[in-house]
Amino acid sequence: MADKKSRLHIPHPTARPGDKPDFSYLDLSPAGAVDKPSIDSRTRDIEYLSSGLVRVLDDDHQATGPWAPDLDPGKLQIALRWMMLNRVFDKRMWQIQRQGRISFYMEALGEEAVSVAQGMALRPGDMCFPSYRNQALYMYRGMSLVDMMCQCLSNTRDMCKGRQLPIMYHSAKANMFSISGNLATQYPHAVGWAMASAIKGEDHIAAAWLGDGATAEADFHHAITFAAVYQAPVILNIVNNQWAISTFQGFAGGERRPFAARGLGLGIPGIRVDGNDFLAIYATTLWAADRARRGGGPTMIELVTYRGGAHSTSDDPSKYRPKDEWQDFPLGDPVERLKQHLILGGQWSEEQHEKLEEELTAEVTAAWKEAQQYGTMTEGPFLDPSTMFDDVYAEVPRHLQSQRRRMMEVEGVNGEGSES
Amino acid sequence: MTQMNMIEAIRSGLDVMMDRDPAVVMMGEDIGYFGGVFRCTDGLQRKYGEHRVIDAPIAEGGIIGAAIGMGLNGLRPVPEIQFADYIYPGFDQVVSELARIRYRSCGEFFSPVTIRTPCGGGIRGGQTHSQSPEAIFAHVSGILTVMPSNPYDAKGLLISSIESDDPVIFFEPKRIYNGPFDGDPEKPAKSWASHPRGEVPEGHYTVPLGKAEIVREGTELTIITYGTLVHVAQAAAEETGVDCEIVDIRTIAPLDVDTLADSVNKTGRCVIAHEATRFGGFGAEIAARIQKECFYNLEAPIGRIAGWDTPYPHAFEWQYFPGKKRLAAGIRSMMEVE
Repeated sequence: MADKKSRLHIPHPTARPGDKPDFSYLDLSPAGAVDKPSIDSRTRDIEYLSSGLVRVLDDDHQATGPWAPDLDPGKLQIALRWMMLNRVFDKRMWQIQRQGRISFYMEALGEEAVSVAQGMALRPGDMCFPSYRNQALYMYRGMSLVDMMCQCLSNTRDMCKGRQLPIMYHSAKANMFSISGNLATQYPHAVGWAMASAIKGEDHIAAAWLGDGATAEADFHHAITFAAVYQAPVILNIVNNQWAISTFQGFAGGERRPFAARGLGLGIPGIRVDGNDFLAIYATTLWAADRARRGGGPTMIELVTYRGGAHSTSDDPSKYRPKDEWQDFPLGDPVERLKQHLILGGQWSEEQHEKLEEELTAEVTAAWKEAQQYGTMTEGPFLDPSTMFDDVYAEVPRHLQSQRRRMMEVEGVNGEGSES
Repeated sequence: MTQMNMIEAIRSGLDVMMDRDPAVVMMGEDIGYFGGVFRCTDGLQRKYGEHRVIDAPIAEGGIIGAAIGMGLNGLRPVPEIQFADYIYPGFDQVVSELARIRYRSCGEFFSPVTIRTPCGGGIRGGQTHSQSPEAIFAHVSGILTVMPSNPYDAKGLLISSIESDDPVIFFEPKRIYNGPFDGDPEKPAKSWASHPRGEVPEGHYTVPLGKAEIVREGTELTIITYGTLVHVAQAAAEETGVDCEIVDIRTIAPLDVDTLADSVNKTGRCVIAHEATRFGGFGAEIAARIQKECFYNLEAPIGRIAGWDTPYPHAFEWQYFPGKKRLAAGIRSMMEVE
């Protein structure tokens, strides 16, 4: 500001391709350093939660501090299994896309702890409004790998009947909302769902996820205003993985204050948590869920993590960020950290880990084999295209019945479906 | 039967539905304690409580987005957008979410939201309180678009909309809230008291969605219209002396093409009238359908009378509004075609 002139600030990431990765912009707290307040604390008394970084696992993989949750090793082994399954599944689906057998895919590499820890901290009756990197939430809540693969294949068992891009799953039975391709739209839905829960006097809460980039959307701001005004029982998660395609988090306004602080102006407490620390995520989510269930209203949770892979199969991150940036990310790899924690406690071993990885790989291979029996992009059985006219409305109206007939008449001639 | 203006009829429809179905909730700006800037929700918060008639922050995108979430959790929300001109911050929620949730989840999820919103000009509202954006919504598959022209239809169509499991955009032409308007602002305002459709049952009844109504029978020319212009069309028909048949389409989407086509096949001439701008307006869709269904019976090109393709200008409201003179001129010119 020395020249005393107005200026336009263009945010820049700390490193571009060819540069040495530089995460000096990330404020870190040592594990165990951030206090754990009671769930009925006033927002103004717990503002420190949004600027610190809640961490439980220290650099030696010990659980430490007030946030260390009371979870038995059996549960942690289960958590590790889900996170590994997420990774093995993603790896396989990525290859399958590269072979041209599905059109598109998105992996959660490096972010697996988010969905698994939060899924485990919530109750089955709580409603999830996920983003597109929460596949492990669907897995944890009971969606089979075969069903997920069939969705990606748009085949005869596709829950979306070929209407949605791969990975845009849904499951009413699992209380998992349908994923939208438009960012942040699910945030106000989660708030409205939570308001309805409160109107009906139920103790189910809602949880929503979006990325750091999507916090710039109007829907984010609408949602947090409504959540604050009505004290809706909702957990508002921001998965800060540093990158929104090529747009680094500074372009969403992350340069000066943490995303966790976005709700403070409205009185919504924010917790900034190590998003690669399973135990810290579990503990903070449980805290927010208890607070919401007992009338304390919304909590915002910023999960600080790193997008280990490309945004999607259509993206090439080597064009805009250092190739090895993830290796330098100070919060490490969530799978590796939970694994080392269990090994340290004598509840896991390299051998067990290797064996489990083999088992999961076999499980995924078997699922892929089964999924293809319901059809692939090139081989039948195929979905009936006349179903495209279903579910636009509760009942098929006359004009769509007529368009369906017309489509069927010309199908096989030139594929034109519109009424002349 | 009770004498009601359109505001009272809408309020009665909301009251009936809130009383019958505890899942019906309302949310909007100024609708609760105050009762709404047009008074449509007056008294309902006192009767049903703050948890069901909810005053909202001034964020139309939030109102619609949160209403969708409520609908996903078993409620039947009836949000109000104070003016149709204010609906655009919520447009993405309507188009990308409300209209698509059933489709993309193959019926596993749906949200039966009815968005009520006053539309149209003639109240000195200028360009931000006068718009008629029905064509923008009619273009979106997955939602229904409704615009009543009288108190009886307003209540019956509103109840049908709330009971529908499909989302509905319910446009209320605010110029005719208090009385039918024949397009002449110089004449003293008429009330609904002398109009047969100002007689409204107090209890539950429905007017079906997707059904047009012939409001004046005639043999020489068909005027297809909706909302405020239903009344302007009647006045224009009287003035010209042409034996016009007037069809009030009532539901813009889905469109009752049969009733429109039957009428035009009978009269051989067709004028479409709406207050919204003409270019890409809903009249274009009607014209295309009539052309297809009635081509061999048409004795003249299909005419369109609409708002000019400009924003709604505050000081020149009556030069903008497609009033009796413009409609009458359109009817006469159509009759001159040999």
